[in-house]
Amino acid sequence: MKILVAVKRVIDYNVQIRVKDDGSGVVTDNVKMSTNPPDDNAIEEAVKIKEAGKANEVVAVTVGDDKAQETVRKALAVGADRGILVKVDGTVEPLAVSKVLQKIVEKEKPDLVFMGKQAIDDDCNQTGQMLAALLNWPQATFASKIEMKEKSLEVTREIDEGLETIEVNVPAIVTCDLRLNEPRYASLPNIMKAKKKPIEQINASDLGVDVKPRIEQIKVEEPPKRKAGIKVASVEELVQKLKNEAKVI
Amino acid sequence: MSRETMEYDVVIVGGGPSGLSTAIKLKQLNSNLNVCILEKASEIGAHILSGNVFETRALDELLPNWKDLNSPIKTKVSKEKFLFLGKKRSLSWPTWLLPSVQQNHKNYIISLANLCRWLGEQAEALGVEIFPGFPASEVLYNNDGSVKGVATQDMGIDKNGDKKDSFEPGIELLGKVTVFAEGCRGHLGKELIHKFDLSKGKDPQQYGIGFKEIWEIDEKNHEEGLVMHTAGWPLDNNTYGGSFMYHAENKQIFLGYVIGLDYKNPHLSPFDEFQRFKTHPAIKKIIEGGKRISYGARALIEGGFQSLPRMFMPGALLIGCDAGTLNMPKIKGSHTAMKSGIIAAEAINEHVTENKDLSIFEEKLQKSWLYEELYKARNVKPSFSWGLILGIIFTGIDQILFRGKLPFTLKHKHADHETLKSAEEMPRIDYPKPDNVITFDKTSSVYLTGTNHVDNQPVHLKLKDPNLPINYNLKKFDEPAQRYCPAGVYEVQKENEIYKFVINSQNCIHCKTCDIKEPSQNITWVTPEGGGGPKYGNM
Repeated sequence: MKILVAVKRVIDYNVQIRVKDDGSGVVTDNVKMSTNPPDDNAIEEAVKIKEAGKANEVVAVTVGDDKAQETVRKALAVGADRGILVKVDGTVEPLAVSKVLQKIVEKEKPDLVFMGKQAIDDDCNQTGQMLAALLNWPQATFASKIEMKEKSLEVTREIDEGLETIEVNVPAIVTCDLRLNEPRYASLPNIMKAKKKPIEQINASDLGVDVKPRIEQIKVEEPPKRKAGIKVASVEELVQKLKNEAKVI
Repeated sequence: MSRETMEYDVVIVGGGPSGLSTAIKLKQLNSNLNVCILEKASEIGAHILSGNVFETRALDELLPNWKDLNSPIKTKVSKEKFLFLGKKRSLSWPTWLLPSVQQNHKNYIISLANLCRWLGEQAEALGVEIFPGFPASEVLYNNDGSVKGVATQDMGIDKNGDKKDSFEPGIELLGKVTVFAEGCRGHLGKELIHKFDLSKGKDPQQYGIGFKEIWEIDEKNHEEGLVMHTAGWPLDNNTYGGSFMYHAENKQIFLGYVIGLDYKNPHLSPFDEFQRFKTHPAIKKIIEGGKRISYGARALIEGGFQSLPRMFMPGALLIGCDAGTLNMPKIKGSHTAMKSGIIAAEAINEHVTENKDLSIFEEKLQKSWLYEELYKARNVKPSFSWGLILGIIFTGIDQILFRGKLPFTLKHKHADHETLKSAEEMPRIDYPKPDNVITFDKTSSVYLTGTNHVDNQPVHLKLKDPNLPINYNLKKFDEPAQRYCPAGVYEVQKENEIYKFVINSQNCIHCKTCDIKEPSQNITWVTPEGGGGPKYGNM
């Protein structure tokens, strides 16, 4: 069994996001970048499955600019066997990413594709689903538990009502929730070894995929500032204000 | 439990200007040497904070072609101002009357964090292995007492000290020479200074706390290349400190304040002095209408020549601000830190290839411009212990008339933790409330640093006596940790008439001020889990 894991380079979750003056996007200069957090869970799960002897290769793939290579390198340091960087400049939308991944799947022929349930930068939560549609594969999204069966997976999904357990046939797409596992630390010796693992570089254009954005972004702006709170003297006043001013009850 | 070991020719602790310069110079001198750098931040630069007006002297020696290497050194200083601030007024001091060490026309306004990121790329291109996210937490010694290397921190320990599922043991990194370049008040450097008695015969070390905010300001107030310093208000005549305002590229200004940690009044809050400073009309008019985009703070080392410890010991060197090579009257430490790194590399190369004793570092240091610079600068900082006015008069005589060659050396008399007077003796200070436009509180400021420490790990601020903060400090000094910490880590809470000392260690921005200023030296800063701490951008 071979598992392909898609990872994305995003602004680190600790960084306070700043909107550019001209409203054209968010500031990424001088900003710490990291692997999208649920992608770390996806890699961890794939590596665990390999360690349990149920998979023989884990391949990490990312779509992005040259620096996205760091994200692949990180995946290699925690146990992926080799990496693929599909080079694209500028913004790539989920549809373009899923089309690129479709081509990679056709080339690599994995049995499973794992990725985070969504990326914390655009919060689209679409790539996995669209890839499933393009490949006509079953999908298990928001996975918080994965059990390997003979030719299928039993996946527990985090849904609004609670937990849902489904069974999907392999090959399948799984998008991973943060509850799936606790990603391991990359150890120093493994970081060293990761430097020697191969990363194949492919241009998106060579795959025949048109990655031009389909969505026109009009403006990015900060959410309105929260107003300062006030103190009320009594419960009556609170109720009155909630009714008449805030109009929430 | 045995840890894995990795062997290198040279292990460098800390990826700041001094450590990176050592690494680069080593590879230039001898490309066969195996060199690695351990860095506690999640990436090179993320824990670097500095003004910074950069003198390129050391970089010119290290990478003479830096202008061709797409370096982040772009904004040349074009204009200088020096203001004395009164409460409402300001008096401009003519620049030609400043000592030459304070003239900056050949220098550049840079982000030191970005310079380090760039130096990191240069080092990696030469084959240096850089490991960000791996703090060196422990010095390893040989049987003969010499330094053998360092161990990295165990990862995945919970707050009770037990191993979590993700536990990953530390690694022992062994070097023929280990270079400690942790920056001001490095916690391993502190251990080495003590163990090898490196400060024997030297004056007590002196420190300051420096704040920095980056503002994006209105175009009409922005003058790229302008360097402005102030002295005076809001500090009184007896407190050493001043501000900087550097107009960098992209409508940004680097605005900061430095206060000597030898201040006496336990009611003084360095953070609030900085906030208050911004309300001065001469400052406010520049930043009004702008937006604060970054905040940070870091202790800096100011003792200079008199306090500089011996920098070599068996198997190891102590360099840069970890030792204390900052030039205080110049308000610059980057070029001196880099120079100390270059000298370290030269000494190490001769030690490794020609078997010379590491004490050749000292010979090389004494012949260098770095030593001469620190020698000439030596009397400025101690003269300010007589107050701002006498300090300025003396500095004028010492630096302008005698160019640092007066035939005597003033002493630093006290360590910074000894200078606080009791809370009763000293006046309380009423700081104005933040307006959230020009001035801010600590919470919203710390938020901008991006600092974080993984939950459920041991507190990395160790108290020797856990009862001392309440039983002694609160009574005598109104627990000054509440005020000197720039990140609100320390709080005294009152619950049912009982006082409790709370350490919010996840807020820590690794400035080390508590380790320096705590009156009984009761707080020890140790490394938290790797990657923790601030995520500074272009600081």
